[in-house]
Amino acid sequence: MSHSQATDKLMVELRDLNKWYGEFHVLKNINLEVRQGEKIVICGPSGSGKSTMIRCINHLEEHQKGDIIVSDIPLNEDIKNIEAIRKEVGMVFQHFNLFPHLTVLENCVLAPIWVKKMPRKEAEARAMELLERVKIPDQALKYPGQLSGGQQQRVAIARSLCMNPDVMLFDEPTSALDPEMIKEVLDVMIELANEGMTMLCVTHEMGFAKTVADRVIFMDGGQIVEENEPHEFFNNPQHERTQLFLSQILQH
Amino acid sequence: MKYELQPAMPPPSNLIGVVGWLRKNLFNGPFNSVATIVVGFFLISFMVPVIQWIFIDSDWVGDSRDACNSGGACWVFIISRLDQFLYGFYPEAELWRLQLAFILLIGSIVWLVMPQTPKKGLVAVWLLVIYPVVAFFLLYGNSFGLIQVETHLWGGLSLTLVLAVVGIVASLPLGIVLALGRQSEMPIVRSVCVIFIEIWRGVPLITVLFMASVMLPLFFPEGMSFDKLLRALIGITLFQSAYMAEVIRGGLQAIPKGQYEAADALGLGYWQKMILIIMPQALKLMIPGIVNTFIALFKDTSLVLIIGLFDLLAIGQAANQDPKWIGYSTESYLFVALMFWVFCFSMSRYSQQLERKLHTGHGNRA
Repeated sequence: MSHSQATDKLMVELRDLNKWYGEFHVLKNINLEVRQGEKIVICGPSGSGKSTMIRCINHLEEHQKGDIIVSDIPLNEDIKNIEAIRKEVGMVFQHFNLFPHLTVLENCVLAPIWVKKMPRKEAEARAMELLERVKIPDQALKYPGQLSGGQQQRVAIARSLCMNPDVMLFDEPTSALDPEMIKEVLDVMIELANEGMTMLCVTHEMGFAKTVADRVIFMDGGQIVEENEPHEFFNNPQHERTQLFLSQILQH
Repeated sequence: MKYELQPAMPPPSNLIGVVGWLRKNLFNGPFNSVATIVVGFFLISFMVPVIQWIFIDSDWVGDSRDACNSGGACWVFIISRLDQFLYGFYPEAELWRLQLAFILLIGSIVWLVMPQTPKKGLVAVWLLVIYPVVAFFLLYGNSFGLIQVETHLWGGLSLTLVLAVVGIVASLPLGIVLALGRQSEMPIVRSVCVIFIEIWRGVPLITVLFMASVMLPLFFPEGMSFDKLLRALIGITLFQSAYMAEVIRGGLQAIPKGQYEAADALGLGYWQKMILIIMPQALKLMIPGIVNTFIALFKDTSLVLIIGLFDLLAIGQAANQDPKWIGYSTESYLFVALMFWVFCFSMSRYSQQLERKLHTGHGNRA
């Protein structure tokens, strides 16, 4: 259904990624290559390690074994590399995590001004442009607490985009939203996908996966069980575990 | 089916206004009514003589105890010694220096507290950075043509303010650093901060002051002396910063993990994250705790009387010893209590105002 915009350039590369929480082995030998412009949807039951995996990519979680390379920068203990990667990788969280003490506009310009040393005027112009794109320029001077969940999540997306990231990570962006607000967030994400952004989305919005994903990844027990393009993935799942999962979430 | 919106009606008249309030709060059932009457009776029978003693039967004008013959409070005692209560033993010819420093202090604080005044940032910098230096030279002198006034001459309310202001201004940043250190991932930094905080918190302030005034000089090389007031100031600051650190740590823990993660994900460095994102939110949560510590600190300054510094309370006690005024200690203690109360109550009110101002709707809690 979707025509891939992917190029040959590798944006994210996970090689034999392993992670433990104490004794607990959460990620087991994950291998994943994401090319520029590719959209990956990651699904799986809770506790399968899908959030943990994408949180490793910008080092919100530390991995113990294996390699992560993001836009040619290896992720290691070097704080310089971590910060360089974080500049290139935007992240949208389940609970938005906007800064409640700052207005919407201040939320958006904070990182460009302090991390990228962009002049305030320029940062504000860019932020307004992006708020326009997520369709809430009129809320720019309000505080996050005054907005609905859907609006907050769109601000969060705009805030990430203000840093001009090469890759966007979405960690269950619609799970905390009321049903009537899911669409407005998904619309923004679809638009972003159509513009060619490289995206990794942890989500259970299967309609979204069918519309935009180049590949759907199913994880369980800390490993990638199955990986396929969406049509095949939904219509012809190979693994029993995937079939069971799909039958459970697509029943209703 | 169709439904129509019903018009809003006013509440029944016996539920609103003064009558409604009285019914609801004071005479709500037989037990409450009896309690209201009994408590009211005791309040009135206690308050009337007190007010009579303080205001109606009291003496305000005169210059010796002979003026006090109306049977009420003898405020002449306080008024005739007011200079000492306010300035201690500061030489009279130099009092303008103390007064100037005080006016500058109060002026800048009022400027900061008033909601509409412009250039608050500049005034804050002046108050926190430049003013302490100016105040030091004004009070201590020994340069710019001002004669030196030794710290043992300082006293009264001005000494109390010096102790409290220095303690407050110095212990807050130190407390922040200690709290951040205690949360640090670096084991050595963390242990040092934990040990520092736990030692100071485990020791009474009196002990700290004794240590500072009696024990510490024993370790100094012969002939080296270190101002007693300065030693007390350092003791108070270190002591209070340990408490401050714990208040701040509580505030830091109340900030959801998502805030740290969002700041990290945007690429902010540690100090940017702390200064721009975490601290502003945490400080807002911590206002009640911080002000509580400030108030405790303000009152604790009176403990310096045991190491021979004459703060407001010590001056009050010294005045009680004056043979010309024996028998009027109630008045001096009341006056001292009133002064302490005015300052502590103002801090408390300001903190409430600040809390309201900083409230920006419910935040997103993750």
